[in-house]
Amino acid sequence: MIRVENATKAYGTSVVVDGVSLELPTGGVTSIVGPNGAGKSTLLSTVARLLPLDGGRISVAGLDVSTADTRELARVLAMLKQDNPLTVRLSVQDLVSFGRYPHSRGRLTETDRALVRTAISYLDLEGLEDRFLDELSGGQRQRAFVAMVLAQDTDYVLLDEPLNNLDMPHARSMMRRLRRTADELNKTVVIVIHDINFAAAYSDQIVAMKHGRVCRQGSPEEIMTSEALADIYDMDLQVHEIEGRRFAQYYF
Amino acid sequence: MSSPASRAGMSGRTTQDPAATAPPRRLLALLGSPPARLVLFALLALACAAAYYLINANGNINFVLTYRSQKVAAMVLVGIAVAISTVLFQTITANRILTPSIMGFDSLYALLQTVLVFVTSAFGVGTLSSAMNFGLSAVLMVISSTALFLWLFGGPRRSLYLMVLVGIIFGTLLRSLATLLQRIMEPNSFLTLQSRLFASFTNADPALLPIAAVLVVAVSLVIWLRSDELDVLALGRELATMLGVNYRRTVLIGLVGMAVLVSVSTALVGPITFFGLIVANLAYQLAGTHRHRYVLPVAALLSIITLVGAQAVLEHLFGMGTVLSVIIEFVGGIVFIVLLLRNGRQR
Repeated sequence: MIRVENATKAYGTSVVVDGVSLELPTGGVTSIVGPNGAGKSTLLSTVARLLPLDGGRISVAGLDVSTADTRELARVLAMLKQDNPLTVRLSVQDLVSFGRYPHSRGRLTETDRALVRTAISYLDLEGLEDRFLDELSGGQRQRAFVAMVLAQDTDYVLLDEPLNNLDMPHARSMMRRLRRTADELNKTVVIVIHDINFAAAYSDQIVAMKHGRVCRQGSPEEIMTSEALADIYDMDLQVHEIEGRRFAQYYF
Repeated sequence: MSSPASRAGMSGRTTQDPAATAPPRRLLALLGSPPARLVLFALLALACAAAYYLINANGNINFVLTYRSQKVAAMVLVGIAVAISTVLFQTITANRILTPSIMGFDSLYALLQTVLVFVTSAFGVGTLSSAMNFGLSAVLMVISSTALFLWLFGGPRRSLYLMVLVGIIFGTLLRSLATLLQRIMEPNSFLTLQSRLFASFTNADPALLPIAAVLVVAVSLVIWLRSDELDVLALGRELATMLGVNYRRTVLIGLVGMAVLVSVSTALVGPITFFGLIVANLAYQLAGTHRHRYVLPVAALLSIITLVGAQAVLEHLFGMGTVLSVIIEFVGGIVFIVLLLRNGRQR
């Protein structure tokens, strides 16, 4: 369980996360949605201890993220940011192997190697193991980083905009993989995502943020109404039902 | 799930990419696996040292060998110190262009030396022995870089880029302060200082060699033993934290080690701004891996090869026609500009 109690985070004088309290159950896929600047990525970063909180408390699986041993946390919780600029020249294999660092401290065992191979094939990167990251397309690079996070084999996986840089087929397959990761490997997957239709189609729960606060939280059915979405995004849109699924139409 | 479209796009890239990168990579692959490369560079370093010792070794052989040993020792120590401190600093800051000397860490050392000489002469304590002076400066160096670290990382978070910018400006400030003190200093003390600050490979202070050797070996070993952690640190603060590295502690250890190494090399031969830059970047290219376990020793060996080899050529072939540091700075300056331009084009 991820428990956020009254979390506050400010950059200078602008409060980005404003007293958020939230409980995310173990297992399943949770999507965090909301307009730009709503504090979604910041909230995710504070949960992953990448940003210190200015107030409040966050615990993941009972571990307080600001006080628990960072190595212990690294075996429980993994997160991927939107962009990850690297100065080191790494191959896909090197990068994914780093996912095992919290477990093996740089000395890979046979189990580690097997998990690295699994993660690579899980993200459809076979044949690209020896390619350097700077020789890959944006989507391949993104998948390589997700493979690293999966190789870390943590119960909690946080991804900030995992669909970044992905074309339609890869975006859909990424969402399917995340769904499978939650269902088959029993992971708790939390993603920040902009495409509300993807969020509705693949999540168990949607958390909507606005102005640094949680404005709605519920099942996709509860969030996917014209009123709720209009309130979250401050725009008029229609929710249509096609073949039993709800889609937000916001293109026109 | 990979669609035909994406496969086609991929193969479009594959036909293009290897063509662009293959020739240099194939050439570098001739060097073999990282351990093999390490051995190769170690042999090269030995060969350079042997060449430096043996060519033109006539006259009083005892004198020649003692004299050359001191120089080789100074070059080896400085070589290791510069290489390790630069790689370490670049790993900590996750950049490959800035080095401790570009950041002005050796200006800090120069200022500390100046202040020490200034104070001791002003209070008539007489001059400190060079070892005492070095020890004091090294301790002050470690304290000031730690203070800089705590100021930057304690309290509200500041970015490493800010730290780098602050460092560059500090460097200029420190250099100017040192110059100011040197201007108003009593001429005798200035002479003492000058011999310490304008040292070169040919007149490193032999009294400092033993303590320098102990420090360089000990610090380098401590750093090398943390190689795996440094590999992760090189991914940047966020990924390193995510992977369970205690970022602050590791960076602090790195900065303290770096401060000691910079003190040693500056005390022995004075500031050499661009040398570390060349050696570190050559090591990234030639080590054949990103792993610090290999990159660190390869950088140190390349550094020794460059210094001792170049000194051998200069002394024996050109009859000391020019000074080693001039050549190093010239080549290093060009490398710096090339790296800056290339980086600018990539982003």
